[in-house]
Amino acid sequence: MKKIIALLMVLVMVCALAACGQKAPAPAEQAEPTFEFDNDSTPFDVSTLSEDEVKKVKVGFIFLHDENSTYDLNFINAAREACEGLGLKEGQDFILKTGIPEGQECYDAAAELVDAGCNIVFADSFGHESFMIQAAKEFPKVEFCHATGTQAHSAGLPNFHNAFATIFEGRYLGGVAAGMKLNEMIEKGQITAEQAKLGYIGAYPYAEVKSGYTAFFLGARSVCPSATMEVTFTNSWYDPTLEKEGAIKLINNGCVVLSEHADSMGAPTECESRGVPFVFYNGSAEADCPNTFIVSSRINWVPFMQVMIGNVAKAQHLHADWTGTMATDSVVLSDLNEKVAAPGTAEKLAEVSASLRSGTTKVFDTSTFTVGGKPLTTYSADVNDLGTFTPDTESIVNGAFAESVFRSAPSFDVDIDGITIIDQ
Amino acid sequence: MNKTQQSPLFHISKRGALPWYKAWGIRGSAVLIALIVCGIITSLVTGENPFLVFAAIFEGSFGTTRKFWVLLQNIAMLLCVSLAVTPAFRMRCWNLGGEGQALAGALAAAACMICLRSSLPNWAVILLMIVTSILAGAIWAGIPAFFKAKWNTNETLFTLMMNYVATQLVAYYCVVWESPKGSGQIGIINPNTHIGWFPQIGPYKYLLNILIVALVCVGMYIYLNYSKHGYEIAVVGESERTARYVGIKVDRVIIRTMLLSGALCGLAGLLLVGSTNHTLTPNIVEGRGFTAVMVAWLAKFNPIWMILTSFLLVFLGRGAGEIATNFSLNQSFGDILTGIILFFIIGSEFFINYEIHFRGAGKKEG
Repeated sequence: MKKIIALLMVLVMVCALAACGQKAPAPAEQAEPTFEFDNDSTPFDVSTLSEDEVKKVKVGFIFLHDENSTYDLNFINAAREACEGLGLKEGQDFILKTGIPEGQECYDAAAELVDAGCNIVFADSFGHESFMIQAAKEFPKVEFCHATGTQAHSAGLPNFHNAFATIFEGRYLGGVAAGMKLNEMIEKGQITAEQAKLGYIGAYPYAEVKSGYTAFFLGARSVCPSATMEVTFTNSWYDPTLEKEGAIKLINNGCVVLSEHADSMGAPTECESRGVPFVFYNGSAEADCPNTFIVSSRINWVPFMQVMIGNVAKAQHLHADWTGTMATDSVVLSDLNEKVAAPGTAEKLAEVSASLRSGTTKVFDTSTFTVGGKPLTTYSADVNDLGTFTPDTESIVNGAFAESVFRSAPSFDVDIDGITIIDQ
Repeated sequence: MNKTQQSPLFHISKRGALPWYKAWGIRGSAVLIALIVCGIITSLVTGENPFLVFAAIFEGSFGTTRKFWVLLQNIAMLLCVSLAVTPAFRMRCWNLGGEGQALAGALAAAACMICLRSSLPNWAVILLMIVTSILAGAIWAGIPAFFKAKWNTNETLFTLMMNYVATQLVAYYCVVWESPKGSGQIGIINPNTHIGWFPQIGPYKYLLNILIVALVCVGMYIYLNYSKHGYEIAVVGESERTARYVGIKVDRVIIRTMLLSGALCGLAGLLLVGSTNHTLTPNIVEGRGFTAVMVAWLAKFNPIWMILTSFLLVFLGRGAGEIATNFSLNQSFGDILTGIILFFIIGSEFFINYEIHFRGAGKKEG
């Protein structure tokens, strides 16, 4: 026994000795400072790039999973399309690293890409962010672009950038298609108006997911006023089993049309086997689920990559945030599955789509929803993400929630009436 | 009718001890055959040049200085968990809970970094991290050890189940400490103040871990081979009754050894959180608690050989990642190759321990 204690003591001493070399602790964190928002939406015209300019770039990509995850597949496809469109060759001018966990491995992967000569590095998963920031601090000459992150405008690093797209508009359109389907079911007498309940499988209960399902619900309710929705969370981006179980739970609770924000085929295949129509995300599932897939929205990351790569090639300034819109073609819908969609859906989608583009329809129009029975007239959102959850930015502007306006990542995290979060 | 007795085509008999060069000859040829099989499968399945694929595997670990450091760091962490489970294994006490014990250590370290960052100076936080995470690992192993010693419960199942408890516990705390709210991500802890971050030795991020684990490795070798405890462990492992007969308190040895095992796993968790990752996720240990079982077995529970076996496993793993990147193949393909190589290496042990006699050869002897 004595010897074990002695052994442990030696270890403690070694570590403690090493620790003594540390500087005095830094002062406690101060009050939250204010930050400049720098959110841009300008697309980049790649035809203006000369061959010499293209030669200056070497691009690295870091993906959380591989192509089995629908989200990563969408990102991988975009990476290949954007780079090959510029004449870059895989392995030589751009490198893809798949299956990089959200930990030290992300920093190592980023550093290895820099070693390999990359001067622009992309990462695709939310949890990669702090490790990308760590790499950005160490390699100031390399541009680090992180999709879905929240900290670029407050990190104070000129070479670290966030990007997202107004995918809530795509989800709103998906919701319209789901609402049309509900109406069809009501008309056919399959369900009553009160039974028009949607189900949604979300990954994590934070703004990115909440903004998405709220937009989906508002889209559905804009055409089917009696619609309600139940939401369940898996607490994972990719877990086929949990997503499947979530689908079963929602269907058993009486949800008649499903949608999801999680990245596997778990839920769609379950919907297909039970004949429950669903709206997908990240790409079409028509091939695998021909009898239940209605439509899918996805972010087209190509314009974002073109902006980042193009500006690096031209040695131009990169904004802290970049938000793709319907105008930049960053939010796209898949082909509608006419076999499942309600009649007239295509026309309705075209109409709402035009209205969203022109700004006549606003997804988070405060006149279309209530919170705790009251309309939302003022809401301070946590836009500066410093890990303190302090509401800092008034986000109700001109009668609508200003989503993806101040920063690219969503900040709408309000629980509105009509949506029930189950198993909480 | 033919009355001659039909002898089997071949029969198997146990070998005596092989001279070392023969044993290593068998191992070496196993690796060689494995590489050839890998080459054939690579060309058949992917159409890639197998030599380029092998070069990529090599490059994954030795391509750049950074890759070499990452290789060393990964070896150190795997070795640390492997060393931790070894004393228990020598005692024939199957501690499959390395994963959970390391997670418990990681959780304790992260808890200190998060909860004490504004109330204690940095050195005190680090000291508490060291103490609590080693304790947490020890407790996580101590619980099944206590039940085994007292009521002879099955430590294999018990330690395995403790892994799931630890994983869920960490997942729970990831939600408690998540940032931003709802994301289930803790992110880097104290990114600006660096409170609870272990010091970096010069420009070498991973050197501290490597040195600590090297010390543990030598220490473990001495402990197992030249200390009274090590001898007791060996005796208990050979036969509990003999141990009791010669007056060894078996219960005490079991609990003591498992506590040591857990403490070292806790140390691995501590190093992962305090020294490299500076974050906590439910999969921060990355299955090392299970890979460690293979490392320890392949090295026949010899701490020095474990350096080699953990190198082999990390090398293959890094190579798999490199193949995925260089040839746009799925990571799983690299894992297939790793599987083939391990199959042959483990299989070669059979030929070291047993001899095959074919019918023809047998007749001559007879």
